[in-house]
Amino acid sequence: MQKEVMFAGFGGQGILLSAKLLAYAAMKQGSQVMWIPSYGPEMRGGTAYCTVVVSDRLIGSPIIKNPAHLVAMNRPSLEKFAQVVKPNGVVMINSSLIPVRTNRDDVQELIVPANEIAVSLGSVKCANIVAVSAFAAKSGMVDVDILRECIKSEFASKAKLIPLNMKAFDEGLKIAAAS
Amino acid sequence: MAKVLMKGNEAIGEAAIRAGCLNYFAYPITPQSEVAEYLSKRLPEVNGVFVQGESEVAVGYMIFGAAACGERVMTTSSSPGVSLMSEAISYIAGARCPAVFVNIVRGGPGLGGILPSQGDYFQATKGGGHGDYHMLVMAPDGVQEAVEMTMKAFPLAEKYRGPVMILGDGLIGQMMEPVEFPDDLYVEPTNKDDWATNGMERRGSSTKNIVKSLYLDPATLNNHNLLLKSQYEQMKREEVRFESYNTDTDYELLIVSYGTMSRVCKTAIDNLKAEGLEIGMVRPQTLFPFPEKAIHDAAAKESCKHVVSIEMSMGQMVEDVERSVKGKKEVTWFGQCGGEVPTPEAVMEHIQTLLNQNQ
Repeated sequence: MQKEVMFAGFGGQGILLSAKLLAYAAMKQGSQVMWIPSYGPEMRGGTAYCTVVVSDRLIGSPIIKNPAHLVAMNRPSLEKFAQVVKPNGVVMINSSLIPVRTNRDDVQELIVPANEIAVSLGSVKCANIVAVSAFAAKSGMVDVDILRECIKSEFASKAKLIPLNMKAFDEGLKIAAAS
Repeated sequence: MAKVLMKGNEAIGEAAIRAGCLNYFAYPITPQSEVAEYLSKRLPEVNGVFVQGESEVAVGYMIFGAAACGERVMTTSSSPGVSLMSEAISYIAGARCPAVFVNIVRGGPGLGGILPSQGDYFQATKGGGHGDYHMLVMAPDGVQEAVEMTMKAFPLAEKYRGPVMILGDGLIGQMMEPVEFPDDLYVEPTNKDDWATNGMERRGSSTKNIVKSLYLDPATLNNHNLLLKSQYEQMKREEVRFESYNTDTDYELLIVSYGTMSRVCKTAIDNLKAEGLEIGMVRPQTLFPFPEKAIHDAAAKESCKHVVSIEMSMGQMVEDVERSVKGKKEVTWFGQCGGEVPTPEAVMEHIQTLLNQNQ
């Protein structure tokens, strides 16, 4: 069984990091995993997107036309990618920055005001952690307890950021549970 | 050791250190700059040498210098940078010095683009620089294989006393996959005292070692060329590596594909198999020496109607595939350039078209 998720937003939102955390968690739980960034002549504020593939067997193509799920952190990302998500996928919408929806009835929308939650916790920078935790809980793509440990180890060298990110993580789980 | 999640570029850098390479010279270029970034941090930790050259031309000769001294040495670059180094690569081949070159290929010609490509197949396998030489060229299909090939490249360069190239592409450099660094791939460096310019007192010999590629006497140069040729023939006997995929079936069509492109093809083959269609693939892991016999034999299978070389280039490897198949089956090319990697869906559609034509 192979599942793919595309993380998309603008440069600086921590898109690549949240995708990497998900990939880490998948690796720790023993899955095959691939993290494929879009790399292009882009800069801060430009578009950033990244695909994570998780599978129980060797992964073939790194080119994914139709991912199973989408985490959209800004409006252009949702508009660009909402239509390519496979039916029954989870589409996480960062409602703080995205006033529109997918206009699809065959996907599960997960509405997360990630920026507002992050600001209320103390820093907008942890919006990506809110998003990845809400997405992981809703989609079941990785074990959320393993993901939590991966976030802690990612921030091990900046330990003072761990409590903030753990709060962000818990808020993401709550949103997913309530959806 | 446990698996770690690493970018291809970083993993290649770490693999070089694990292979005992403590000399790395490079000039930054997308999409391989992370190798230099990684090694600029890591090499000082292991008492290695990192130098950012003023250009790829200079880097090529830094590699030549270190290799001539008998040191394990590597550089990494991407297509335009490798063109600039090609003069030095020819000199290194002519002077018979072991060195490892990594090309994380981007689109061309000229500055081209920065996205993945396989457009440097000709440059890597047929020369690039001038004169009668070859590099041993290995093409990984992912991060783990990039690690293993990088570690194997150093002993192979020493075995043949010549340049070895790892031919990746932008995706292999940029993507992350779990990797392990197998300790058993480390091979002690060969004794280079009989040829390297490693200093009188270390040599303990009264004869002077000279590293050069200039042979003005025609008979001497001819003999030198014959020696190089005999080494390339030995590579063809001993170093051919390939992977066969789904070839134990009665496949109707044979794909030849390498690197990132071969992984796309594997997905296409799996999807078609689920639809009841059998497609085989030979994936060259060495591009020079080329797995001629494996491709010839796979194409000769009765059930196989057609051979297609699928590449992220406008048709380069297809010439070697044609040469291998020797006219036994029709050979065609399929591919895409500019950084647009063909999707599994595009490959499947093309295969269906080919099979419909062959009905």
